[in-house]
Amino acid sequence: MSRLKNIFGLLFFILCLVSCSDSEPEEEYTATPLALEVPAFFESSILPPVIPADNPQTVEGVALGKKLFFDRILSRDNSISCASCHRLQNAFSDPRQFSIGVTGQEGIRNSMPLQNLAFNFNEKFNWDGSANSLEDQMFGPVTNPVEMDNTWTNVENSLQNDNEYPELFRLAFGNSRIDSTMVTKALAQFVRTMISGNSKFDQFLNGTATLTPEEENGLNVFLDEGRGDCFHCHGLPETPLWTDNAFHNNGLDEFFEDNGLGDVTGDPRDFGLFKTPSLRNLSYTAPYMHDGRFATIDEVINHYSEGLVFSETIDPLMKRVDEGGVQLTEEDKADLKAFLLTLSDPSFISNPDFQQ
Amino acid sequence: MKKILLLLSLGLIAASCNDDEVSINEEEANVNFRFSQNWDGEEIENSDYENTTYVNANGESMTLSKVNYLISDITFTSTSNGTVFDSGDYNLVLAREGRNLEFTPSVQIPEGEYTVSFTFGFDDEDNDKEGGYPDLNSEDGFWNVPAPLGGGYHYQRIEGTYINSASNVTSFQFHTVRANKHTTLPPGPDTLEELRDTSFSVNLGTVTIGSNTTIEVKANIAEWFKNPITWDLNSRFEVLMPNFQAQLDMNENGATVFSLGEITQ
Repeated sequence: MSRLKNIFGLLFFILCLVSCSDSEPEEEYTATPLALEVPAFFESSILPPVIPADNPQTVEGVALGKKLFFDRILSRDNSISCASCHRLQNAFSDPRQFSIGVTGQEGIRNSMPLQNLAFNFNEKFNWDGSANSLEDQMFGPVTNPVEMDNTWTNVENSLQNDNEYPELFRLAFGNSRIDSTMVTKALAQFVRTMISGNSKFDQFLNGTATLTPEEENGLNVFLDEGRGDCFHCHGLPETPLWTDNAFHNNGLDEFFEDNGLGDVTGDPRDFGLFKTPSLRNLSYTAPYMHDGRFATIDEVINHYSEGLVFSETIDPLMKRVDEGGVQLTEEDKADLKAFLLTLSDPSFISNPDFQQ
Repeated sequence: MKKILLLLSLGLIAASCNDDEVSINEEEANVNFRFSQNWDGEEIENSDYENTTYVNANGESMTLSKVNYLISDITFTSTSNGTVFDSGDYNLVLAREGRNLEFTPSVQIPEGEYTVSFTFGFDDEDNDKEGGYPDLNSEDGFWNVPAPLGGGYHYQRIEGTYINSASNVTSFQFHTVRANKHTTLPPGPDTLEELRDTSFSVNLGTVTIGSNTTIEVKANIAEWFKNPITWDLNSRFEVLMPNFQAQLDMNENGATVFSLGEITQ
């Protein structure tokens, strides 16, 4: 009896299918899929980019995200855009120590570069890990009082009343009724395309460039546990990101004015921990550290060499803290800097796809 | 019409299969592993990291901030007929974060009694696998070992602080890798003289495997600093990766770190 029921059920299902196949189905709108252009070395060495299932990359979504990125309409008084503090020529960071929002007020942290964020596998964004996805990150600056100081209702209305945006949102998401989620999705799609993988060092790895003796020695310093030991946080030639995307207290201060990750988690063990920035494109991303306190790469190297300060949560990877650091020779410092500069990628900051 | 007939016949086949026994050997099952960490029997919880002070065999007070280790090649050897089941996969335990504390090797074995073993770290064959491991390349501040030190991957990273002989809080990095000897230090591209595989096999003993068995693997972190070599952090607290003798000594001390814990069926 049970088998008979199954057969009738299947017959009914099949007849429905067949009858449907003769009529024209209503075609569901889908935007044009767009594959990320991932360098071969990335594909072979690390995990694939993180692309949420509910926000696939599309031609229309990326184009919309780009338009939004450069549009001042997101800010309360139409005075600033994302690009105001994330400038292409600076690998989408800000050469000012602190960016200035619509009220003229400064923030408290240096603007982070936007590069290779699709490969942030733990999906903790911002210096303090306060955003849990790239889409989530996009919500913050729009309403932050020291940044765009807007409301999402206002942004939605502004975009909805614009001549172009409703149609662009329809093309990207199949819906011309604009909401904040769609805005952040489009922005995230555009930011995911910002992939930097063509530095001199990348070219060295694929055999199309050579390193100078100084740059080679700098790499050795970088990889030597007893001197730079940079690799435990910033990676090795076998990996292309040059950041572990994790959080560390790198010995900047004895006491913290800014608790960083600790203010997000509430865990005192996280006080003074900030996200490891990538070493890619250092040529364009000064000043350095979460508060932009160092204007030059030399100052950064000097910090690790002789400027470390002990605090309760200092990372155990910081060596010889009681002496201020590992005491690099001047030659090693110069060579380390020379190597670090090979990680900069001029083609990234001149990429026409990222220009307004 | 052809389409209808085809679909009908497919439907009939599907329906007729419905009541048949599914062809699965019910006696074969996956085995689950659970990894726990302790300090001489005292469980190490997340709240213990950076908080709890332990005293090592050499008498130094120390705290832990990170305990991560790689195990591979979990192997089941039948005690009745010697048949070997080797999953060939690996698991990176990130103890503080509580990640990968549970692991199910991708091998199904028949119920029965087995000797269970695994490799601490990667043996040379796995360590030098062409193309490496994109997941490990993306994990925990880079699990790789720099090429001048022989390449491959860390076996373990234990990090924390200890009170040194001058009563200062000092950080330590107890990093376990394949032993690498150099003609001169610091290491460079041309200094590598010898590589020695210092991964080791851990035999957990005999376990009866049923249809839903979970095996606890206990790691006593204190043993890394105790037995048979009493580890003196004052002299060996950092830059241990290119320290050939330190790696050989870790290999010796590791022999008593892991043991069989609770088995649930």
